[in-house]
Amino acid sequence: MYARPGSENLQLDANGRLRHFLTIEGLGRQTLVDILNAAESFAGVSARTVKKVPVLRGKVICNLFFETSTRTRTTFELAAKRLSADVVNFNINTSATSKGETLLDTLRNLEAMHVDMFVVRHADSGAAHFIAQHVSPGVSVVNAGDGRHAHPTQAMLDMFTIRRHKGDFTPLKIAIVGDILHSRVARSQIHALNALGVSELRVIGPRTLIPTAAGTLGVHVFHDLEEGIRGVDVIIMLRLQKERMQGALLPSEHEYFQLWGLTQKRLAAAKPDVIVMHPGPINRGVEMESAVADGPHSVILEQVSYGIAVRMAVMSMCLNVLSPEEQPA
Amino acid sequence: MSAPAGTSIVNGRLIDPANGIDAMLDLHLLDGKVAAVGAAPEGFQPATVIDARGQVVCPGLVDLAARLREPGFEYKATISSETAAAARSGITTLCCPPDTDPVIDTPAVATLIRRRAKQARKARVLSVGALTQGLRGEQLSEMAALQAAGCVALGNAQAPLVNTLVERRALEYAATFGITVFLRPEDRYLRDKGCVHEGVVAARLGLPGIPEAAETVAVARDLALAEHTGATIHFRGLSTATAVRMVRDAQAARLPVSADVSAHQLHLTENDLLDFDAQCHVTPPLRTPTDRDVLRQAVRDGTIAAICSDHQPHDIDAKEAPFPATAPGISALETLLPLTLRLVEEGVLDLPTAVERLSYGPARILSLPYGRLEVGRIADVCVFDPQAVWRLDRETMASAGRNTPFHGWEFTGQVTHTLFEGRVVYRSAS
Repeated sequence: MYARPGSENLQLDANGRLRHFLTIEGLGRQTLVDILNAAESFAGVSARTVKKVPVLRGKVICNLFFETSTRTRTTFELAAKRLSADVVNFNINTSATSKGETLLDTLRNLEAMHVDMFVVRHADSGAAHFIAQHVSPGVSVVNAGDGRHAHPTQAMLDMFTIRRHKGDFTPLKIAIVGDILHSRVARSQIHALNALGVSELRVIGPRTLIPTAAGTLGVHVFHDLEEGIRGVDVIIMLRLQKERMQGALLPSEHEYFQLWGLTQKRLAAAKPDVIVMHPGPINRGVEMESAVADGPHSVILEQVSYGIAVRMAVMSMCLNVLSPEEQPA
Repeated sequence: MSAPAGTSIVNGRLIDPANGIDAMLDLHLLDGKVAAVGAAPEGFQPATVIDARGQVVCPGLVDLAARLREPGFEYKATISSETAAAARSGITTLCCPPDTDPVIDTPAVATLIRRRAKQARKARVLSVGALTQGLRGEQLSEMAALQAAGCVALGNAQAPLVNTLVERRALEYAATFGITVFLRPEDRYLRDKGCVHEGVVAARLGLPGIPEAAETVAVARDLALAEHTGATIHFRGLSTATAVRMVRDAQAARLPVSADVSAHQLHLTENDLLDFDAQCHVTPPLRTPTDRDVLRQAVRDGTIAAICSDHQPHDIDAKEAPFPATAPGISALETLLPLTLRLVEEGVLDLPTAVERLSYGPARILSLPYGRLEVGRIADVCVFDPQAVWRLDRETMASAGRNTPFHGWEFTGQVTHTLFEGRVVYRSAS
């Protein structure tokens, strides 16, 4: 029977090394640990007076953003520059592509500029896979968020943050709270945490925001916040998009905060040394109260700073695999 | 003594489900009609003799849903290219849904399609007229005029009616003329922006899901309105186990309700989507293995009386985009018989039943005089080698659309001859 190219094959070369970074799914524990270790070695670079290493000197990295983003794009750009790569930014309004030029046309035009890596964000699930299937051999694709599917660098910086605070993943109980259904961050976190072998993974939210068949993702589903965070080591809050109110998924931000908003009082149900994470930007008073966001358990700002080291790790790993001296003859 | 005329197909296994025939019988054709089954008529001197030793001889296949893309989408396919693909696939009658451009909501468009098909001379193309003007679901189409222009059914293609009052009136008005109404059961609100089955795979890939209820809510509504109006309805392309049960119950209650299924739904499931394969992007979406198994069972027990291709040839660009942005549909004429024969191979159907669901079954849904081979009937015949093993290669497809998830699949059973109105319109090279 005809075998389709699997996503694992697509991301890894014949030796099992990263050539694209599209999704956590299908990557083994060791690959994730390698990324975390590499990020650890890059984390020191930001503290130096000269915040640059020559790892990707002469490489061209193109940030191809079909969805607006300031923070993610900026951290990718900084990561690339610290690796001494040349960076070009393309912010493409999706409505412009729908006026004639297809995504493939856009891609081929940019490829003609001898880009070595595309960092892609797109509103459609599967867009990064699609681009990876169509780039020339030797060009890498890093997924910076595709629809509801995956945001693997965000998940890895979250793993990095957890490891910094907790060390070993295996005894951890972790809860992800909020809009799981629409969240590419949650999907990538779930794959990463399961690959890293956490003790228990929970998702918490109303039924309208939990995917059908969530159980098949390897999570326990809770609808009550306090019950769900009881005894956990890590709480990951997700951003709630305003448009969820229009789609009849939720009645109001007020009721959401009443039931699933994280407060200092509720936090007492978790372990005393619990850490609270959020991919940002936070809606204060919706997902959590300021006392939690700015409180002693919050590691939210650390997540942002680790984002650069993790992206440096992913970029250098993807591109080093493809460096000319390593290419098979 | 007169000059030789007509065609004899000899030494084959004749399967004609309408007449309960499955036997080694010769078939003799003259003037586009069946002249005799078994022994040749007195003095019959065929101009052509087809030796069908080791082969199956059956009625030409009848496909209730095949888009030919003309008029309006000739960059995807044409009546000429797709009727040639049909001939190669043993299909002699095609029903064309009304979502052409312009829509088949006037007799002129129906007439145009019929004329083009006549010129192509490869297969019969019957139009399904629009149920509402422009398929907009607002005003009724001129149903009597469409019927007079040869439309064999009415439907709203992939744009199911949202307004239940319009649906009620459309069914009532259609029932006035005894026209069968094709309904694609789908609730637009529940479908929302979904593009795959809402289930395990949607949860993993983060693709917007279409819940089973998008189909079952529509089936329940359509059945209620059919009962209320007395209209004869046909469900085009069921995809869920629950809908099958609802249709079975309605048939048991003697409602004039029929249903078909697209051949790919009997083989593929949501699990085939795992790598965002846009070739598996179809409407209704591929569902669970359980749904597939129940659909197979329904084909076997006759709840689903016809297997369709739901042919939707596309240009290359239509599938070259991130999954949700791709056009749904499969170029499916050339896999209709092979996928159905695979059900025989897998023990789901016996061969006569498989042939029935592709010929007499669909013909009966629309009371068409095709799909059967007794004396006096139109001589539409498909001859296939049930043992031939071959591999589908999208590069050698006859259809202008090469969009298929079955590229590289190995099939057993291949058409060797297709006769349309007594003429050989396809003969395999070997």
